[in-house]
Amino acid sequence: MVDVTPADAVPPAEVAEMELYHPHSWWTKYVFSQDAKVIAVQYSATATAIGLVALMLSWLMRLQLGFPGTFDFITPEAYYQFITMHGMIMVIYLLTALFLGGFGNYLIPLMVGARDMVFPYVNMLSYWVYLLAVLVLVSSFFAPGGPTGAGWTLYPPQAITSGTPGGQDWGIILMLSSLILFIIGFTMGGLNYVVTVLQGRTRGMTLMRLPLTVWGIFTATVMALLAFPALFVACVMMLLDRLLGTSFFMPAIVEMGEQLQHNGGSPILFQHLFWFFGHPEVYIVALPAFGIVSDLISTHARKNIFGYRMMVWAIIAIGALSFVVWAHHMYVSGMNPYFGFFFATTTLIIAVPTAIKVYNWVLTLWRGDIHLTIPMLFALAFIVTFVNGGLTGLFLGNVVVDVPLSDTMFVVAHFHMVMGVAPILVIFGAIYHWYPKVTGRMLNETLGRFHFWVTFLGAYLIFFPMHYLGLMGVPRRYAELTDMNIMTESAHHLNSFISIMAFIVGFAQMVFLFNLIWSIRHGREAGGNPWRATTLEWQTPETPPAHGNFGKDLPIVYRWAYDYSVPGAKEDFIPQNVPGTFGPSREPA
Amino acid sequence: MAIVLVLVLIVVGSVLFHLLSPWWWTPIASNWDYIDNTIIISFWITGIVFAAVVLFMAYCVFRFRHREGNRAAYEPENKRLESWLMIATAAGVTALLVPGLFVWSRFVNVPSDAADIEVIGQQWQWSFRLPGKDGKLGTSDTRIVSAENPLGIIPGDPNGQDDIVVEAADLHLPVGKPVKVLLRSIDVLHDFYIPEFRAKMDMIPGSVTYFWFTPTRTGNFQVLCAELCGQGHPLMHGVVMVDTEQDYLAWLGQQQTFAQLSAPKQTGSANQPSEKTMASSLDVAAKLEKLEAR
Repeated sequence: MVDVTPADAVPPAEVAEMELYHPHSWWTKYVFSQDAKVIAVQYSATATAIGLVALMLSWLMRLQLGFPGTFDFITPEAYYQFITMHGMIMVIYLLTALFLGGFGNYLIPLMVGARDMVFPYVNMLSYWVYLLAVLVLVSSFFAPGGPTGAGWTLYPPQAITSGTPGGQDWGIILMLSSLILFIIGFTMGGLNYVVTVLQGRTRGMTLMRLPLTVWGIFTATVMALLAFPALFVACVMMLLDRLLGTSFFMPAIVEMGEQLQHNGGSPILFQHLFWFFGHPEVYIVALPAFGIVSDLISTHARKNIFGYRMMVWAIIAIGALSFVVWAHHMYVSGMNPYFGFFFATTTLIIAVPTAIKVYNWVLTLWRGDIHLTIPMLFALAFIVTFVNGGLTGLFLGNVVVDVPLSDTMFVVAHFHMVMGVAPILVIFGAIYHWYPKVTGRMLNETLGRFHFWVTFLGAYLIFFPMHYLGLMGVPRRYAELTDMNIMTESAHHLNSFISIMAFIVGFAQMVFLFNLIWSIRHGREAGGNPWRATTLEWQTPETPPAHGNFGKDLPIVYRWAYDYSVPGAKEDFIPQNVPGTFGPSREPA
Repeated sequence: MAIVLVLVLIVVGSVLFHLLSPWWWTPIASNWDYIDNTIIISFWITGIVFAAVVLFMAYCVFRFRHREGNRAAYEPENKRLESWLMIATAAGVTALLVPGLFVWSRFVNVPSDAADIEVIGQQWQWSFRLPGKDGKLGTSDTRIVSAENPLGIIPGDPNGQDDIVVEAADLHLPVGKPVKVLLRSIDVLHDFYIPEFRAKMDMIPGSVTYFWFTPTRTGNFQVLCAELCGQGHPLMHGVVMVDTEQDYLAWLGQQQTFAQLSAPKQTGSANQPSEKTMASSLDVAAKLEKLEAR
């Protein structure tokens, strides 16, 4: 361990200060803005808006499952459209866009000490292409035949045949087009995040001094840049099958007594391409959440994150391993069953770095000075739901256990807990944490606590019991649960209970939205660093940070991001841009 | 402090729910109790980890909550602790994986005495084919599927002539005899799933997939489709009856072979495949219409 002194910690500037584009009008300042902070807000607002649509859709499908036969307008056709759009919106258009486009844009330049993203113009384009993708997606609700009802996995052949809603209408075409647009838009943003982290860091900000938030978003972005092309290719090929009658994924098929003009394609090839993207996608959502929650826990427990270097390596290991586990989504797909040995082994190996992260979060609390602020409450709730959902992943990843459980409500409960509830709890925690920086005001505390308790407890009550329906054998994606011999009367009551909880949790989100809007004007003034945090975004001369982020001179970084409660220091935090040592510095070398 | 209480309650509540709630798997009817045992092992290991992590967290929040004058410790790393935790986790994961892979090797290795049966999925009904006296299924091709030959059995293949065709009706199986289920689809993906048998597998147009099991008790079991196959998916039910050997042979005697079914029709024949196909497809179509009309 070496004492950190400014002399050896601050190399001369390698990269010249960037020239910023300065807006000339209201339009270029607030609409076609090239400032990453504005783009972040645009991404977040769009993702939230389309997320509200997904929330409404989940209510509609829970109406059907909880109270079957009561609501005439929920036909099987409509039900499948609801689940498909709900899934796709939540995974791609909300979670991916919000974590990378929203938090990535806002936090990367501020946290690494840059004035903006490295390619601001491309960054702006990224948002507008994303918005176009969202609009194309929404347009499918108004197209003849409605949106696709193929399930968010879009498995062919049914995705493009007439037995599926939207299969031979506009639905599937608009869905595939929208995904293609999303990937184009994301790639422009993603290149920015990666290059900015690698090239745009301020002096002294070594890679091993980056806050874990940046590590999480950075690794997730690298993964997304490698994984999305597989989905891109799959979408293009399926569009060709649907529009030009090619047979990439379509074998000879007799549909409703009629021979279709396809021959020789492989439906399972699509599944490989989809999950080659789809599994890394889980971690594209999870890694930013891992990073952010590390910083929330450290800041609000006033203690350095435990095992920082191990945390960084765990993020990288998880990112790399997640590219060799994709076929665990396909154990009962009919692929060669001997693949099961390989994919079960790789899948369970991922549990090791993931568990290390959990231990280190909990060990950060040990001998901390835990402030039970709203971000901390959400972080604790994240650990509970993530551990729960992660552990049921050990069931589904263990190939033979997956056989009875796959395609049942157990799977639905598992992935909602681990990549729905857990990352969204982090998003909430992060919004309560950074809202004061974005707006200069605090969110309302009373409304926030109400939002926390209802969301956390409600979500747990929705998804924990749901596992047991799956264990019973209740399949997922059933628009009708009538004439099911395995389902007892009480299982139907459990479904009604889950639905009622879903409405309550949804309602709490309206309170949260109200808080977001109301506090912009009426929230308590926050000041520049209300949480007394160390990272650079809290050290900006203005709050909210002005164009260019850091005033005249960029900050110089002298220490890691976790100097909380350093022995000998007067305050219980030392910002990264404060020089000098206090007692024996134990920053990991 | 409410959070400490809630964390403890979550652990206690989850364990009690697991032990006391009425929602549990259906009584097993196949040899795959190995799978059930692996699930039980998984519940134990993961349950202990869940309780340990959440209770430890609750303790930390209680013990180290902020009070005036408190200050956190400064301890960036502890290599020994981190290594031990990693080893313990690896051990736990191995304890899950080894029995899992052991059972999986049984699942993928079909015993040599297993009898072939074929299940054919189409939107939205199940059909079945048994090999007949020669013990061999004839080859098939989706491209020759027609109203007269709904399963696409190749007429020129002598192995197929004595195949027993059970179209859109119940399948019977003898108890205690292992069966290798060959799965085929003529339109989209389906998945042949009987919760009591624990096993399931997708069927893919253009391929033949398989799994095997031994029915261990007689009874009437509902077949569900477990892979989204269009709007009729939740209505794609079927029935498998597991019979005693005697009942099974009686049922088998009443079934018709492919040769019989494809022979020129006689007046008054009880079995008219083309109309039957129509009728059963219409059955699901009618159900769907009823649902949509609601």
